[in-house]
Amino acid sequence: MEIALSAAIGVLVAAAAYLLLARDLPRGLIGFVLLGTAANLVIFAAGRIGTMTPPLVEPGATALAAGAANPLPQALVLTAIVIGFGLTAFALVLVMRAHAAFGSARSEDMDAAEPPACTEAAPAPPETGFVRQPARAPARPLREVV
Amino acid sequence: MSIAPVFLLALPLGLGFAAAAAVPAMRGRGAAQLGAVTAAVALLVYLLAAPGAAEPEGLRAGFWAVPSLGIAGGLRLDGLSLVFVLLIAGIGALVLLYAGRYLKGDPRLPRLITLLLLFMVAMLGAVTADDVVTLFVFWELTSLASFFLVGYDHEKPGARKAALQALLVTAGGGLALLAGLILAAVAAGTTSLSGIIAAREAVLAHPAAAPAMLLIILGCFTKSAQFPFHFWLPNAMAAPTPVSAYLHSATMVKLGVYLLARLNPIYQHEALWQDVLTTAGLLTTATGALMALRESDLKRVLAWTTVTALGTLTMLIGLAPALSATAAVTFLVVHALYKAALFLVAGIVDHETGTRDAAALGGLRHAMPLTALAAVLAAFSMAGLPPFVGFVAKEIVYEAKLASGSLAGPAAMVGFLVNAAMVAVAGLMSWRLFFGPRRPTPQVPHDPPKSMLAGPILLATLGLLAGAAPSLLGEWLVDGAVASILGAPASAPLKFWHGFTPVLALSVATIGFGLLLLILWERLMPRLRRTAALDRLDTARGYEAALAGIVSWSDGTTRTVQHGSLRGYMRVLLLTCALVPLALLAWRGGLARPEGAPLDPRALAFLLIALGAIACALARGTFAAVMALGLVGFATAVVFLTFGAPDVALTQFTVEVLLVVILATVLIRLPVRARDSRTARQRGADAAVAGVVGLSVTLALMAVLAEPFDPRLAEWFGAQSVPGGHGRNVVNVILVDFRALDTLGEIAVLAIAAFAVLALLRGTKAERQAGG
Repeated sequence: MEIALSAAIGVLVAAAAYLLLARDLPRGLIGFVLLGTAANLVIFAAGRIGTMTPPLVEPGATALAAGAANPLPQALVLTAIVIGFGLTAFALVLVMRAHAAFGSARSEDMDAAEPPACTEAAPAPPETGFVRQPARAPARPLREVV
Repeated sequence: MSIAPVFLLALPLGLGFAAAAAVPAMRGRGAAQLGAVTAAVALLVYLLAAPGAAEPEGLRAGFWAVPSLGIAGGLRLDGLSLVFVLLIAGIGALVLLYAGRYLKGDPRLPRLITLLLLFMVAMLGAVTADDVVTLFVFWELTSLASFFLVGYDHEKPGARKAALQALLVTAGGGLALLAGLILAAVAAGTTSLSGIIAAREAVLAHPAAAPAMLLIILGCFTKSAQFPFHFWLPNAMAAPTPVSAYLHSATMVKLGVYLLARLNPIYQHEALWQDVLTTAGLLTTATGALMALRESDLKRVLAWTTVTALGTLTMLIGLAPALSATAAVTFLVVHALYKAALFLVAGIVDHETGTRDAAALGGLRHAMPLTALAAVLAAFSMAGLPPFVGFVAKEIVYEAKLASGSLAGPAAMVGFLVNAAMVAVAGLMSWRLFFGPRRPTPQVPHDPPKSMLAGPILLATLGLLAGAAPSLLGEWLVDGAVASILGAPASAPLKFWHGFTPVLALSVATIGFGLLLLILWERLMPRLRRTAALDRLDTARGYEAALAGIVSWSDGTTRTVQHGSLRGYMRVLLLTCALVPLALLAWRGGLARPEGAPLDPRALAFLLIALGAIACALARGTFAAVMALGLVGFATAVVFLTFGAPDVALTQFTVEVLLVVILATVLIRLPVRARDSRTARQRGADAAVAGVVGLSVTLALMAVLAEPFDPRLAEWFGAQSVPGGHGRNVVNVILVDFRALDTLGEIAVLAIAAFAVLALLRGTKAERQAGG
């Protein structure tokens, strides 16, 4: 059982990595969600799996029965699912804004902070949206100083 | 009279710092006068302290300590330090006075005075420091002051470049020095300099003794401009002349020599120490003399002769006989006196005529007779003519060289040529500038005011007086310093007349050859300048190449590491995250197989997860990918449900529904390229990376699950839920009771995300309206 779950999580992570490496942001976003799901499953599995009994204390008893599931990973995963959802929503709106500002959802076009060396003629960004830094001058300032 | 040593040793430093702090608020010459008075007071204090310094132990004052680090800081004034502090404070007073006049009307004068005062304090601190930490801090402070002073004319690219060069060489050497001093301090078990010298045996017996010594030598060589680090000193002439006179001839460049002399008691009998010092000294002195004859800029000529003098000093410290220590100290004092005087004269000539090109100057004696007098007095000392102290110094230097056994031949030979060059340069500075035919100059020259003349005349006269009574100089100053250098009391009386000895014959021959060089200078200088082979002695090219290499290397590294491709960064990140666990697994001894329950139908959900993930990755369009994502989410919820986590499953279902709806609504509206834009080849490479990452996670998770489980936390929550939290659903109790603060944090995160989303969406809407 554990080996099968490990393998499934591995496939999940591999798919996430493959999507994160894609050039467009929507695919990257989906990869991001998959990675979150995989992380939740890893936490869940690390608390050991197998039983079907939920962690509920029987009426009359004061402690959890021995065969119940581990409650701690469940609490952690619950929190993680909700936070992951918030994060995904935020990332999604960022993708929308980036698309509005750059007219493209390709990650390769979003290089204002680090323009690739020696490519001067990057398409001028629209006036609105993200403030684009002026393109790096071809001369290297450090050499001039020295 | 007994004054506490702490007071005597700390007062000059405190006064200097206070004056440096006060000067920026002052204007013009007042600042310079305050500086000069401060230096003069410091000189007086040190003169008061001189009797104490003459004691074998010197004056000593502990100041501060960091017992937990085993550092005990302190100051100490002994014979060697006394020579230096008197030179530093005395020449400092004259230079500060001179600077006020030299840069009259310059609005930046207070800044120059501040920096000169800071430098003076740093120098005084460095030569009176009795522990390696204090020494190092003050040592680097002098490099820093030198950087700002060389770059005084910061609008000029040349000055900036020279300043950076001086800083990189001297401060870089300072780092080597730091390493060497720490090694020596560790070997000796104390940071106190006198303690380290006393623990000589331990320092030499330490396994790292040789590296420590070489590192210290490296630091001293960069500071004192020894070959091959000599190139920065002539370039530092970009500084205003008072700075050159003070830092780059009389004091700072001698700091390296000071430390070599200070540590000589430890290393003096080591063959490596002697070899390195004498070889570098000889090379430096010969290089300086040759290069001096190639220049016609007065300041650069003098700078190269300073290099020569520093080489001579280094060589003398490296020579074995005790006499060489006496020679070194005498020459050091003599050189400081005449070289500072000549620099100040060069400054006056430059200031008054508008040029400092020796080839364009001549016959100035009628226009500026007092300057001519100072120049002649100083030049006679430099040339080593009787009755000046320079003669005494030259004689004893020759004597020390001839007594040095196997090195006597080369040392005396180089000495002969170098001294002849010194005679020629002295003639250049006196005869050529002030006598002979008058040559037209850009400005009409006349003698400068007293405050500028005081320095050169006083220093040159001191040279004459000391020459008249050399034994006084010897007993009062030199012997004490020699005792510090040798680590044992010594006395080699300084004499004016030695009788008809080989040394005297050598002196006469030197002067004759020097005069010949002077007569030929006008023809010799351009020819030497054209000799390309001599350019190789200018090791600044190596420095430039090294610097350019560093810049292009960092350029290349930046372009490789920070290439700007987001996918590239992602690939590196993913592979790192994947390879580290794999390496750890390999290090632990390979794979581990968890002992688990047998497969049952619940594993079908795992299969769904895997299939959904693969569909997600391979989906052609965004919509299909979102649908596959939903499949993964729901299959995950089923896993939670069937493995005893109904609460989690419920949350997962809710969130997944929301997520699919939102993603579908938004992503479909974006006119993105539906298909994956990667080429087949790129997809193959990415799939390989993704495969490694997935494999790494699977293997790591299996290794984790194969470990025995520690159930204590789960049991604690299970046992405490009812009595502590009064709830039977343990997961709920954990969330709202035991870890309630986490849940509050989660709510805060969600709220912040909601606000951020709202703000971003509003912005988009406003833009759309504004853009029409």
